[in-house]
Amino acid sequence: MWYAPCCHISGNTGDDMHTDRLIEDAPSPTRAVTLGGLERWGSVTTAAAIMLYGVSRRTPAGIGLALAATPLAYRGLAGRWPPPLTTRHPGPEATRAALSGDRGFVVHESVRLELPVAEVYQFWRRVENLPRFMDHLHQVTDTGNGRSHWIAKGPGGVLVEWDAEIINEVENQVIGWRSLPGGDVTVAGSVNFDSVRGGRSTQLTVRLQYAPPAGRVGAFVSFLAGREPSQTIREDLRHLKQILEAGEVARATAPRAATPQAASQANAPRDIERGEQHELWRMP
Amino acid sequence: MKAVRYYGTQDVRVETVPDPQIINPRDAIIKVTSSAICGSDLHIYGGFIPTMHKGDILGHEFMGEVVEVGSANHRLAVGDRVVVPFTIACGRCYFCKQELWSLCDNSNPNAWMAEKVSGYSGSGLFGYSHMYGGYPGGQAEYVRVPFADVGPLKVPASLSDEQVLFLSDIFPTGYMAAENCSIKPGDTIAVWGCGPVGQFAIKSAYLLGAERVIAIDRFPDRLTLARAEGKADVLNYMDVDILGALRDMTGGQGPDACIDAVGLEAHGTTIDARYDRVKTSMYMATDRVHALREAIAACRKGGTVSIPGVYGGWLDKFPLGAAFAKGLTLKMGQTHMHKYMPRLLERIERGEIDPGYIITHRVGLDDVPQMYETFRAKQDHCIKVVIKPGEKMSYAHQHVGHVH
Repeated sequence: MWYAPCCHISGNTGDDMHTDRLIEDAPSPTRAVTLGGLERWGSVTTAAAIMLYGVSRRTPAGIGLALAATPLAYRGLAGRWPPPLTTRHPGPEATRAALSGDRGFVVHESVRLELPVAEVYQFWRRVENLPRFMDHLHQVTDTGNGRSHWIAKGPGGVLVEWDAEIINEVENQVIGWRSLPGGDVTVAGSVNFDSVRGGRSTQLTVRLQYAPPAGRVGAFVSFLAGREPSQTIREDLRHLKQILEAGEVARATAPRAATPQAASQANAPRDIERGEQHELWRMP
Repeated sequence: MKAVRYYGTQDVRVETVPDPQIINPRDAIIKVTSSAICGSDLHIYGGFIPTMHKGDILGHEFMGEVVEVGSANHRLAVGDRVVVPFTIACGRCYFCKQELWSLCDNSNPNAWMAEKVSGYSGSGLFGYSHMYGGYPGGQAEYVRVPFADVGPLKVPASLSDEQVLFLSDIFPTGYMAAENCSIKPGDTIAVWGCGPVGQFAIKSAYLLGAERVIAIDRFPDRLTLARAEGKADVLNYMDVDILGALRDMTGGQGPDACIDAVGLEAHGTTIDARYDRVKTSMYMATDRVHALREAIAACRKGGTVSIPGVYGGWLDKFPLGAAFAKGLTLKMGQTHMHKYMPRLLERIERGEIDPGYIITHRVGLDDVPQMYETFRAKQDHCIKVVIKPGEKMSYAHQHVGHVH
């Protein structure tokens, strides 16, 4: 699973993050000498100024200019120049390497649902359900043996794909997974299901650790492009809660469609009354 | 269809817009037979409510006939006659199950906006800003009603629209305000504001066993209605010192409970009211707090201050010290509509109350912008405007003139 902009984005710099770490430390590739604070801020502000200027021109050339500043922004944020694109998938240990040590972003968020833990767990475990409440996911396919194929909408509408495997699963308690080498995205995640309020409710906690295609710069560019970085995962979990509790996602207007036909098509995958959703349909 | 749309402070227009359509399985589409302008719509009209967008359809008090239902709505059928609660609730979240319907977790698509202000979001509302969901409202010919399998209340054909229309908001709101006072036999209740919610709070306080209700306003028409229909003792704050009068009328003890049915646009003659007016007009404060301050000051020790009036922001010079010193209980919030509508319908059916008595004006949709201004300015003895979207009515001839 890949969240381009996420809430609680934090570089993995403090020891307190160890509780959130999903991949144990592996020998880290040699890191370039990091820059001093002033130089990093200089890089960030210069890049931001160029990006804002470029975006504000609202022309292809302006966008190009803004994109051209991304390595500089990366340098400021990450403390080093970005690696050459060809080394993005260094080898079979990619996931471990990319998410070990102080790499990647960690996000976590939780939501409480008025359903027994088994129902929430079963819904999540069926990975095909995930795009119904995660806006940026296009499709997830169960390929068997705990493996799955993921297609997501990346920045600018580009589709990104990767395979993932479940690395930890305890029924009605936890699912943990990580991406397999060779995909566009490097990610590991876990979701915990805790029974609360005497079994009447479920507290669901998602933790993700990920390395988006362009690192922090990717998140930064997404932010400039107008998405709310802190809201994505929270909104996804809100939609999960609405689907499971209320049977539908609350909407004031038809979702992103000009015509009624398109609207009903757009709503179809989320329509709880179609397909396998009947078992989740509960009257109060 | 035709609908009343917001375009800015004191700017609403009637325009033709696309008919609403079923979006979700639990939806229904209602053909509006009666609608109304609420006092809280005047807060929008006055520019006090943030996250209103140009073109938003207003209105949250409406009833009508079901003309279409979604695939999962098994409770309503085409042709049903229903009153729709102004709060939208899913019926299945933690809060709905606790009968805290107006705090529904699942009905506000823009919950993140309200979370930024309040920490957590209440339910979605019809026609009341994007922070509360951005749902198109009921001052229109048709409305899409989400979660229509738990909200709309079917009403019997024996009751007229005007007898049941106010179950959509103001009658339950006045009733909950009175219920929040935990009235015991013999209690005296003071009510600030004799608009429609205040009128129903007065009636409800008596229904719930109050011995005496004292109503406070400055408009003679409203005070007359409170006295004639509500059987309240009335005080005009332009003529008397309210705190002194309430003290005298309660043997120096103060009212057992105080209801602020005024909200964030309070008027007053005291120094604090003028201070609020200056500050809000300079955009240095969000709310005018005078009525609430006075209610807290007037309330007896250990009493309750119940707040059905709408507040929106951060209150200035709020006398929490007085509330603490006297051990007051403060109760407030949007009305838990779904809880009160059935029991109040029963009271109407039993003839205990006929809520239509507050209506002063009946108009068609085309006259609604003019009525917003009339209602805002309290002209033409205006207390409650009922809209008949299906009928071509002329503003000039539909003034009822109930109270004079």
